[in-house]
Amino acid sequence: MSRPVDQAKNAETFLADTVHEERLDKVLWAMRMKRDAAARQVPEWEDLRTLASDIKEHTLSNLSDYLIQFEASATANGMIVHWARDAHEHNQIVYDILAGQGANTLVKSKSMLTEECELRPFLERRGIRVTETDLGERIQQLDDQPPSHIVGPAFHKTTQDVAILFSQKYGSDPENEDAPYLAGVMREHTRPDILNAPAGMTGANFVVAETGAIVVATNEGNADLSANTPPLHICSVGIEKIIPTTESLAVFIRLLARSAVGETITQYTSTFRGPRKGATMHVILVDNGRSARLGMKRFWHSLKCIRCAACMNTCPVYRRSGGLSYGATYMGPIGIIMMPTFEIRKYSELPFASTLNGSCTNVCPVKIDIHEQIYGWREVMEDNGQIQIVKKAAMRVADKVLSHPALYRMATTSVSTALEVLPHFAIYNRLNAWGKHRDVPEAAAETFHEWHRAHRPKDDEVVGA
Amino acid sequence: MMTVALMVPCYIDVFFPRVGIATLELLEKLGVDVVYPKDQTCCGQPMANSGCYEEARATEEHCARVFGSFDCVVTPSGSCTHHIRNKFTAGADSPEKQKLVRNTYDLVEFLYDVLKIREFPWATFAQKIALHTSCSAIRGLNMASMSERVHDPVFSKPQALLSGVSGVQVVEFERVDECCGFGGTFAATEEAISAKMGYDKLAFMRKATPDCIVSSDMSCLMHLQGCARRQQQDIPFYHLAEVLNGVSV
Repeated sequence: MSRPVDQAKNAETFLADTVHEERLDKVLWAMRMKRDAAARQVPEWEDLRTLASDIKEHTLSNLSDYLIQFEASATANGMIVHWARDAHEHNQIVYDILAGQGANTLVKSKSMLTEECELRPFLERRGIRVTETDLGERIQQLDDQPPSHIVGPAFHKTTQDVAILFSQKYGSDPENEDAPYLAGVMREHTRPDILNAPAGMTGANFVVAETGAIVVATNEGNADLSANTPPLHICSVGIEKIIPTTESLAVFIRLLARSAVGETITQYTSTFRGPRKGATMHVILVDNGRSARLGMKRFWHSLKCIRCAACMNTCPVYRRSGGLSYGATYMGPIGIIMMPTFEIRKYSELPFASTLNGSCTNVCPVKIDIHEQIYGWREVMEDNGQIQIVKKAAMRVADKVLSHPALYRMATTSVSTALEVLPHFAIYNRLNAWGKHRDVPEAAAETFHEWHRAHRPKDDEVVGA
Repeated sequence: MMTVALMVPCYIDVFFPRVGIATLELLEKLGVDVVYPKDQTCCGQPMANSGCYEEARATEEHCARVFGSFDCVVTPSGSCTHHIRNKFTAGADSPEKQKLVRNTYDLVEFLYDVLKIREFPWATFAQKIALHTSCSAIRGLNMASMSERVHDPVFSKPQALLSGVSGVQVVEFERVDECCGFGGTFAATEEAISAKMGYDKLAFMRKATPDCIVSSDMSCLMHLQGCARRQQQDIPFYHLAEVLNGVSV
């Protein structure tokens, strides 16, 4: 069993580096502002959100039918459809396809699902070289780090970080922090890989049951290059990405880029309906815990997610913690409610990395009640015995004191005892956590209760119930 | 005359009794018959908010016993109101609990929606105010418009009440409804992030050069005040009830 990820501690480390923290906060908040402006341009924005949520709930409620429909349409279009129960099955299918074609290199575009399945190390252990073609994802690959954000994998890095990294890996100018220059360096080095690759891989933003189409939205066009250049295209997709019709696709396309980056649409929204002439195309439909989550009465709504990351951009905790602090494939508010379904102990502390402020829920284009689910997961952690004993003990004492008025009065009447008892709600597991960066409030000379007894003696006889 | 039970949250009882006093005096000025059930302690939110709903049960049930017989319960805390109205699930269900859930109001809601008070003629407060409204109040109780809901009409009940106090000027600052970082036990479990959020909130407010910081939630202010004091800022903090009751600067 893995130890729980200590998000708080990781976040503190990220925070100590003020340059990166301030930059990330600024960049992502600007994105949130752009999202607001884009939503303002669409008068029916809230109706669109409701519609998107309804479509997703309908599709998820009839998931098996739509998946079978997709399989039939995609097969009719000439794609080869595979089903993977879990990450290992998925990785093995990819490997077998590649090995069957004698492919020892693979170019791929960004796919959180392949991160979730840890595909890259799986293939590399078997001698297949993988080149990421998304700029951010490539940066993270070269730096041997996972993505820190599901839309911008390297959002936590400065251009200076990238200039230094590229100079080490590619021999480029470490002093030149110009973004177009750096993008050019990356392009120069990955284009030959794309041109020569025997196989390309993409994820999918949506798959359409009616038409058997795969829809991929990118801003760099790298998915199109990865899919259209090599003679073999493998597409991995989580089963929750399915939508019924092309008509319903329009709803999501209108929401996706506006929510993600405040643009009306991504630079490229590509629909793959089948293999090119002389090429082959495989689609792998991956479960990996999704149908189990679909069976969770309180938490199945997280499957509606379209991976826009609006919840991360608005989250005040994420912006100050950095995405790597969550130690997870999916981070930020949506990660908090998805990751425990993969591994409950490892991610048992994540639901506490939130103030429950609710901004995430308000920006979510498919109306996932994210902050309510975070609250719900805290209770699950209690039920599963994942809450630290010391914290539970402090809470038990609090309940004892607070459910007995006499004990409460005893605890609060004397000033010194009050300070002993009350802040313990707050400081149960990190000694004097409150006071580390904040002054502790001073207890007043008399409590309200004492004041009331002295100043409203007549009313003091009133006792409720 | 309406009879109202005054609920004084535990942290106000101990750390900020002046807020309980201001709330009581304000309600009395408005002709409300206020009773203070003396066996009250806490709503149980600190435990429930931490996931420890079993440890919140006895406290929640006690709260329901103490307040469950009243037709109207008022508390100067959006956070406690939100918890009672929307999250009161730790204890056993009972008619008194259901009644409490139905009849609990934050002070702002009680003044604005129930009594429909708009003027506080006894109060003068010639100050530039940075007004902070808690996330529980905004997104939990709909006490002010939410910045994410870009097509909703812009409103703020606390600000509307403040405009009924002579001399008040409410200043605008960036990221007005971003969380201040208190978050209940989050303040301790994620103390570094929590404090940074507080520092950032104060920095945005400071740019608007307010004379003081006002909120209808003292828990946010307890946190922000702790952050400000640590940064050697001596800006005053007031609960909204104090301003409406006519606190002198």
